[in-house]
Amino acid sequence: MILARVAGTVVATRKDPRLEGKKLLVLKPVSPEGKPEAGYVVAVDTVGAGSRELVIAVSGSSARMAEGCQDRPVDTVVVGIVDEVSLDQA
Amino acid sequence: MLLGKVVGRLWTTVKNPALEGKRLLIVEPLTPELEPAGKPLVCADCTGAGAGELVFYTRGREASYAFLPQQVPADNTIVGIVDELHVKRNK
Repeated sequence: MILARVAGTVVATRKDPRLEGKKLLVLKPVSPEGKPEAGYVVAVDTVGAGSRELVIAVSGSSARMAEGCQDRPVDTVVVGIVDEVSLDQA
Repeated sequence: MLLGKVVGRLWTTVKNPALEGKRLLIVEPLTPELEPAGKPLVCADCTGAGAGELVFYTRGREASYAFLPQQVPADNTIVGIVDELHVKRNK
């Protein structure tokens, strides 16, 4: 799973019918310390995440195991809103 | 499977119901020589690993098989805690 911040939303009218009703978010990956990392990804939201929220997203075929995403053409799904990240002192 | 070290934990209240009750840990990938080998990642855990422990984790779809018959959306899962590691070093 990746840690990421919600950077925006994607709106699409014409899409695969199995994506209908799914909220699409633009995620920017961040490090556990909260620093932005390169790249971005478009993900389906299953938890109602909002703008600038820190979330975890599962990718690859495991993403389809999330509730509400079975047999849908998705490869990245937001599965949790992060309350707290705690790092051990190095 | 790859080696890693548990470097932190992560809590979520709002989550996909399929993730309910799963521990989430932050793992730093390591080489067999135990040098850092890339960016830390978020792993589900089925072993009860704790802070600072050396573990190995499965990636990809197979990561969710650790929780069968439950269908869990996990792409990295800690599947073992390393007791001992024997690696021949090239001089």
